[in-house]
Amino acid sequence: MDNQTIRDMLQAQFPQAIVDVSERLGDLSVTLRREHLLAVVGFLRDHPDAPYDFLEHLSGVDYLGRTPRFEVVIHLMSLRYLHRICLKVTAPEDDPHVPSLTPLYPTANYQERETWDLLGIVFDGHPSLKRILMPDDWIGHPQRKDHPLGEEEVAFTFNQERIYAQKPFAKE
Amino acid sequence: MTILEVPTPHDITEPALAGTTETMVLNMGPHHPSTHGVLRLVLELDGEIVISAAPDVGFLHTGIEKNMESKTYQKALVMTDRMDYLAPLSNNLCYALAVEKLMQVEIPERVQVIRVLLVELQRISSHLVWLGTHALDLAAMSVFLYAMREREQILDIFELVSGARMMTSYIRIGGLAYDVPVDFLPTVDALVEVMPSRVDEYEDLLTGNPIWLERTVGVGAIDGKSAVAYGLTGANLRATGVPYDVRKAQPYSGYETYEFQVPIGKNGDIYDRYRVRMAEMRQSVLICRQAAERLRAIGPGPYVTPDRKVAPPPKSEITHSMESLIHHFKLWTEGFKPPVGDAYVSIESPRGSLGCYVVSDGGPKPWRVHFRSPSLINLQGLHHMAKGRLVADLVALIASLDPVLGEVDR
Repeated sequence: MDNQTIRDMLQAQFPQAIVDVSERLGDLSVTLRREHLLAVVGFLRDHPDAPYDFLEHLSGVDYLGRTPRFEVVIHLMSLRYLHRICLKVTAPEDDPHVPSLTPLYPTANYQERETWDLLGIVFDGHPSLKRILMPDDWIGHPQRKDHPLGEEEVAFTFNQERIYAQKPFAKE
Repeated sequence: MTILEVPTPHDITEPALAGTTETMVLNMGPHHPSTHGVLRLVLELDGEIVISAAPDVGFLHTGIEKNMESKTYQKALVMTDRMDYLAPLSNNLCYALAVEKLMQVEIPERVQVIRVLLVELQRISSHLVWLGTHALDLAAMSVFLYAMREREQILDIFELVSGARMMTSYIRIGGLAYDVPVDFLPTVDALVEVMPSRVDEYEDLLTGNPIWLERTVGVGAIDGKSAVAYGLTGANLRATGVPYDVRKAQPYSGYETYEFQVPIGKNGDIYDRYRVRMAEMRQSVLICRQAAERLRAIGPGPYVTPDRKVAPPPKSEITHSMESLIHHFKLWTEGFKPPVGDAYVSIESPRGSLGCYVVSDGGPKPWRVHFRSPSLINLQGLHHMAKGRLVADLVALIASLDPVLGEVDR
């Protein structure tokens, strides 16, 4: 199994699903239209010659300033051929929805929850898309580029009065 | 195949079997000594039988990935130490390899040998902590003390090379932080010499121990197909008989040139995971021995890539070469700028397949860094393994999965 074979196979099978195919440093990466993601991943998982049976990695990237803004990156691995393929799907800012891969790969469960939690990309069809790393009552998605990093000002003698006045313990 | 489920704490609110049997919802953790950190488990119990075990993670979330986006590539490396705090060198290596792949940096062979040597030592030390705490959870106190004795010896080696026992930050982008000291190889030899007999010692204490067998054989078993579906990696996957090891599957840092075997189990139960990790320690000793021999044959040499755009020049050069001074200044004020693109690298960390996905926008700071943390993903299989077992088995099960909560939450 090599990049060219799988590339030809996908291009023959799903000509309308593929937006872009690139190969860099020996890694094959295929950008797909999101409505075809489940079909392509299902095909790759169940194909007798190319069983990509292991979803190695799923995460998202926030390309702030680019349209579409969000990208979900999926790395599938074939344990028989020891070959890896990278699939990418994009989602616009006003509609950050991507089909969930959890029904196909149970391992996507936590990774999709994490991506939703930190980036706010909604995975349609996920059994329980809840926050996983941030507290349940957290507002916003901290890994987004427009989410401030946040910091706590260090109290020195010259500014401690002002800082302590804002802290909860000072009011008590 | 039945639907493999991964329950969340939110799912367990009402007793599921109300009407027929009364079930109880019990919180285990986050402050429970056997959860190896701050892992909270929401358990649904029928008497002592676990019906559902939902891990609740995130207590140690420190936003490492977010923080890395605001630092230059070299400075962000320091944060990787803090993820899997039992294997900082593996984390360093994974991140460094990803950035090096992005920039297509050539790494001298000597550096690769040292990296392999250190990462294998790290694997032994991490497995020793796993072994000690696992045995401690099952009330075998003395194994812990013996395991810590050897771990100390390995941490002393790390201290020797990097100055730090735990947070080494020693493997840098482009090479190493500085060269290994002259007494590095003798100390490694001393460890490699004693280690096989020490592993025998642990095995004497546990492998045939009837109490140990009672608690581990057949407990928490998972079959290979489900393990792959849940994304288990590392010893947890190999215990089911799937021989997936990144060192063999997609070799990095010259692993293809070392002779070692990938130990696999059969039943995927706690005992098999134990056997696999013990065998892995022996294999790591073999790799260390080969790497030490190679390092001795290579002799003194470079410890970073000669590419001055990636790694800073040695201090001695800065004092008399203007160009070196400029390189040094540019690297530490601005950093380097990898070409636009992304790279994914996975390595075999002591816990499983640790992946690093780096996106560059052409600037000196990473646009996005994401780590595929094996600890987090291995936890997904917990419910499947714990279902129908006793609460006491759960304690053994968590230890056998070997999660490090710093890496789970990042």
